[in-house]
This record gives sequence, C-alpha cells and structure tokens, in this order.
Amino acid sequence: METKVIEIGTQGISPIHRRIQENREERERLSREFGHELHEDLLTLNMGPQHPSTHGVLRIVLTLDGEIIVDAEPVVGYLHRGKEKMAESLRYFQYIPHTDRLDYLAPQINNVAFCRAVEKACGLEIPPRAQAIRVIVMEMMRIMSHLIYIGTTALDIGAASIFFHSFREREDLYDLADIITGQRMNNAFIRIGGVGNDISTETLKRVREFAAAFPGKVDEYEKLLTGNRIWWERNRDIGIIEAEEAIKFSLTGPNLRGSGVEHDLRRVDPYCGYENYDFEVPVGSVGDCFDRYLVRIEEMRQSARIILQAVDKLPPGEIYAEDRRFVLPPKEKAFTSMEELIHQFEVVAEMKVPRGEVYAAVEAAKGELGFYLVADDGPRPHRLHIRSPSFINLQALPKLSRGRYISDMVAIIGSLDFVMGECDR
Amino acid sequence: MTTAALIATLVKIAVFFGITISLAAVSTLFERKISAWIQQRYGPNRVGPWGVLQPLADGLKFIFKEEVAPAGANRLLFRLAPAMAAAPAFMTVAVVPFTFPLILDGTRIPMAIADIDIGVLFFMAMGSLAVYGIMLGGWASNNKYSLLGGLRSSAQMISYELAMMVSVITVLTLAGSMNLTRIFEAQIPLWNIAVFPVGTIAFGIFLIAAFAETNRHPFDLAECETELVGGFHTEYSSMKFALFFLGEYSAMVMMSGLITTFFLGGPSLFGLVNGIEDPWIKVLAGLGVFLAKVCFFLFLFIWVRWTIPRFRWDQLMHLGWKLLLPLSLANLLLAGTLVATGVL
Repeated sequence: METKVIEIGTQGISPIHRRIQENREERERLSREFGHELHEDLLTLNMGPQHPSTHGVLRIVLTLDGEIIVDAEPVVGYLHRGKEKMAESLRYFQYIPHTDRLDYLAPQINNVAFCRAVEKACGLEIPPRAQAIRVIVMEMMRIMSHLIYIGTTALDIGAASIFFHSFREREDLYDLADIITGQRMNNAFIRIGGVGNDISTETLKRVREFAAAFPGKVDEYEKLLTGNRIWWERNRDIGIIEAEEAIKFSLTGPNLRGSGVEHDLRRVDPYCGYENYDFEVPVGSVGDCFDRYLVRIEEMRQSARIILQAVDKLPPGEIYAEDRRFVLPPKEKAFTSMEELIHQFEVVAEMKVPRGEVYAAVEAAKGELGFYLVADDGPRPHRLHIRSPSFINLQALPKLSRGRYISDMVAIIGSLDFVMGECDR
Repeated sequence: MTTAALIATLVKIAVFFGITISLAAVSTLFERKISAWIQQRYGPNRVGPWGVLQPLADGLKFIFKEEVAPAGANRLLFRLAPAMAAAPAFMTVAVVPFTFPLILDGTRIPMAIADIDIGVLFFMAMGSLAVYGIMLGGWASNNKYSLLGGLRSSAQMISYELAMMVSVITVLTLAGSMNLTRIFEAQIPLWNIAVFPVGTIAFGIFLIAAFAETNRHPFDLAECETELVGGFHTEYSSMKFALFFLGEYSAMVMMSGLITTFFLGGPSLFGLVNGIEDPWIKVLAGLGVFLAKVCFFLFLFIWVRWTIPRFRWDQLMHLGWKLLLPLSLANLLLAGTLVATGVL
C-alpha cells in the first residue's frame, strides 16, 4: 500500500496547495467547484495538534483561499498507543481497563462492548440484574459524553458559560459513578459475565433523583442555545451531510441520526435488554450541525428516561453469569475461601475463550463501537480489532468543511463529536 | 493660557486619566468575577480580600514574564503595535466630559481635558486609528493565525465604524454641536435614548457598533481564541500583551463613556444633579452619576461576552453593511427631516 506523507514545515505547503500552484487545470477545476476564481495566493494553515478546538490532538492541514477552506486533511495518530496490539499480550480481564482509555468520556460503554465480544465468544448468558445495571451505567456515560459535546461545542462557538453549566451536571454524574463503581474516571466496572458490584438501594435513589431532575437541566441548556439567533446561524446549514452520503461514509451514532437515518443499535440490534425499555430514537432532517446538536440534546433526555425505567424495575438476582469457566467468583468468597481464590486465579490466568471469531457492537455515545475478536482457546485474544466510531466519523470532516469558512470548521469539528483517544486507539 | 488654566488642565489629566486606567484595571477583575458568577464559580479570591488585588497581581506577572518575539517577525512593528493599539483609547479620554463644567467665580472650567469644538471628530479619528495596532500586530507577528486575526479586525472595523459614525451624526443633528460638553448639556431635559424613534435607534446601532469597535464578544473575531488561537495577539507576551489588554479595556471604558455622553445625558440625572447649587458638590455628584452609567455599560459588555455565542465574520459583515448601515442612514435622514421641520 502506498503511504501518504503530509510534509509541512515553516515554509511548507500542503500537497493540494502545491498541486494547485503547479497545475493550472486543478485551479480551474476548483474555481468551478467553488463558484469563484481562486486567489493567486493560497494559504496552508496547520490546525492542531495543539489547537484549542481540535478536541484533543487532532491535526488538520487546511488549504485556505482567504478564509474559505479549499481542502482539509485530518492527520490522526498523535494519541496512538497501540491498544489493539496490546490486547494480544494481555489477558482478557487485564484488557478491560484499557478499553476505558478509548472513549474516556464514556468509559463504561467501551467496557460493555469489549465484554460483550468475549461473552459472545464464550456463549455466556448475563443475568437480568447485571444487564439492567449495565444499562444504567451506560446511559449515565452517554449523558456524560453528550454533556461534554454540548459544553465544548458551545465553547468553541463562543458561548463559554454553557461549558461550565454542562460540567455541573457532569460532576453530579461523576459523583454517582464514584459511588457505583468506586472510581470517577476510567472505572473498569464491567466484568466478563457481569458487573463489578451490585448497586445499593440508596445509590439507586440518588441515581433516580438525578435522572428525574436532569431533563430540567437540559431545558436550561436549550434555553441558552436552541433559540439563540447566533447559535442558530452558526449551526444551521453548516456541514450538511445527506443520509445517503452519511451511510456511504459509514457514519454512525448521532452523526448518522442527524441526517435522518433511524439507526440505533439499541433499537435495531438490542443488547443488554434494551428491547425492554421504552425510549425514542431522535432523528434529524437536514443533517447539518444543528440537527446533530438537536439529536444529542434529545438523546440526553431519552437516556434519563431509560435510567428511570431501569432503576424502577431493576430485577433482583445475581450480577454474575453462571458459567464458572469464564466468570470470576464473588469478591467476598475469593477473600475467604481458598478454593474460590484458586478459582479466581484460574479464571484470570487460564481462561480458555473458545477458538473462533466474533464481532460485538454497542451503541456508544459517539456511534457504533464494535470489537472484532479472534480467539484461539487461550487466555489472551489472538487479534482484536476495534471499530471506533470517532475514527470513522472523522472521515466526513474534509467533505463537510470544503468550501466553508474557518469558523465553520470549528462548529463542524464540534458537531462530529469525536474523541481522539478512541480515534487513535 | 494662564497658569491657573494650565494647572486646571494638568489636574484634569491626572484625575481623568487615572480614573480611566483604574476603571480598566477594575473591569479586568470584574470581568473575571462576573464571568465566574455566570458560570457558578467563585472567581479570583486569593489575592487580597475578595480578590481585589488580582489586577495588581496580573500586572506584576506581566512585568516579570519573558518577552518573546517570534523568528521572522518585523521587530519594529511588532514592538510598535501594542502601543498603537493602546494609545488611541487613552487619547480619547481627552475629549470626554466626565462631569458638569465647574463654575468658579464666574469662570467656566469644562470638565473634559480638552473641551474642543471638534470633539466628535477627534473621537472618530482616534477610533479609526485603533485598528492599526491590531492589524500591524497581526501582520508583524509572522504567524498565519495572527495574520488572519489582523485581517478580520481591519474588515470588521471598517464595516462598523461607518454605521457608528452615521449614528453619531444623528446625535449631532439632535444636539446641534460637535462639542461633547454641549452634546450632553443639550440632553439635560431629555436624554437622546428617549428621543423616539431616532435617538433610540441611533443608540441601538451605536451600542452594537461599540461592541465591534472594541473587539468585544460577540464580535471578537480578531482574537477568537477557539478559532485563531489568540488571533492578533497569539505571539505577544509580557507587557506587550498587557498593553493590548489594557488598550481593550480602556477602549471599553471610553466607549461606555461616549455612549453615556451621546445617549444617556452624561452626568445628568433627570435634572437632580443639574439643580445642585454648590459648584463642587454638583461636579462631584455629576462625576458619580457619569461613572455609575459607565459602570453599567461595562457590566453590559461583560455580561454579553459570557452569555452569547460568537458571530462568524461573514455574518458580522452582513449585519454591518446590510442592516446597520442602511438603518443608520435612514435614521439620519429621518432625524434630519424631523429637526429641519422643527418637530424635534
């Protein structure tokens, strides 16, 4: 395969910039495309990897005609840690905390996605209580991730205060996550075959309180943004991607639903018992930044709704699957009984995931997060591939930003809502 | 010029300039405090009681920071630009009447440093100069982001200055003078903002243009930290940056002072202050009223900044050229007609 090197120094110019300079026809073609004659002097602007609004370490090489973007080339990999390769040398249980570091804004969803892949390979049945706890935690994480989206996008577009308002609710969620999982961030709460520990009644009450009050908070953000004329003008008809094209780009998550495609894995391929909950899948109509914003706003309300239902009808029972070959013994037993302790060692060190290939995906906050696992009867994956929605959604960036202004670039980056930890893996 | 007049002028320079600079410093503190309140934070509360010494600490920090000039920068212009950005705001202080003229033994001492008959023209000239500092700072930095910031700033200033000037001409038409003291004195019976509809519209246009003119949010496109990193001042550090900063806040203070003078009757307060017999008390009370009005507008500047999103530069141009300029011209025409026919 041919590797593409983007060279850009202090005097450097982007490849397309050079092509336009050297090739008369290219210039004319682009002039026709943009509907106006390109200026003689273009500008190559390096945006990122350290830039206030590239959300992490994304680098974009912009070719500008004045303020108009002729071409945008995302350069990824600045946060590459080799998460897929690392999986090959780690035992299944050891890898769970590593999935936290993918989309670190919603770590539990990644845990569930990975554990589901392993569970699918092992053929484990998860008890309903564990399923419901997973749903509660995942929906909390979804709200957390969307809150970051609202905050950072508003900050990028200039409404700095929303950032702090959304962080206020996010802080409440972190407190809850702390109580439930024992950790604020990178919780690693989900286990293969179940969840780390049970939720107490008092905690459930607090979760319920939060979920009941949360839609009111969303109204608050909406009051500040949705009706705001400037917010409207900065987002409407910016970065339009039509349904057909969105599917061609394999967009998933709110970015796809913003274009009007009602595709939500929780609905079309339910897992963790999502089929038992009553919720709506919001979709947009135009596929612009504003639609993606509205979809996420509504998703937060729906997530709160799911949490309420899950809390109200949390079934009693075990939080771990039956199959002792793959499932850890309860912690208190492992601490008190010699046999259980040996069993724990055996599961962690010698777990034999049957040979085979499985793909399991969940609807993460950013889109379809899938783990493709090749197991070989050993305690470690033979190969693990992560289908990270951020990476795939990012593909649409050049298409969305072509012919727009630099200011729109910021709105588009915000509305695509990717996180580089997941994109670069 | 007599010695007495000279001394009076020197005192006025010291007092009014001091007021402007300290207001600028205090408004940096209040910018942080008010933004904190809007964002449910405490704001600076470590330096001195309630954080009141924060501006001093900031200033001290700026002084001790290293001055960095990027490679390839035009060194002369790079150094000159911050001064050019700050100076016009300070120069404008000269013509703003801070309070009622002091009448001592029959001599009238106007309470502007230079009570000149072309005060409005002077302010317009200084307003137009302010853009050079930002533009040159952006250009001389040898940074693409700064360049874009400087370009945006120049385009923005030109589009908003026109609308602003035309709305000021409306005020001139109403007051019949270009002397700022006369302008506020003409408003003692009725503030221009209350002269419906011409004064009110002119006020609205001037207020919006003032935001653009001072490069304040939602028109802070030249700076625009989330798009252009820091815009024109990306490469500036130390006191050079502080000068830009000071210039911006002084410009805010001056704009607030001018809005007050043009539309809110300057130091007058429904004839209350005007009727005071004692000349000194009248002057001091007038100063208090004037500063209260200025502080209100400073608060408005800060409030808006932390509440609403930012415009995109082409939307800003549309607003300036397609809405504000025609509106202000029509408003001027209406004002002229009303004044000529003797309605106003």
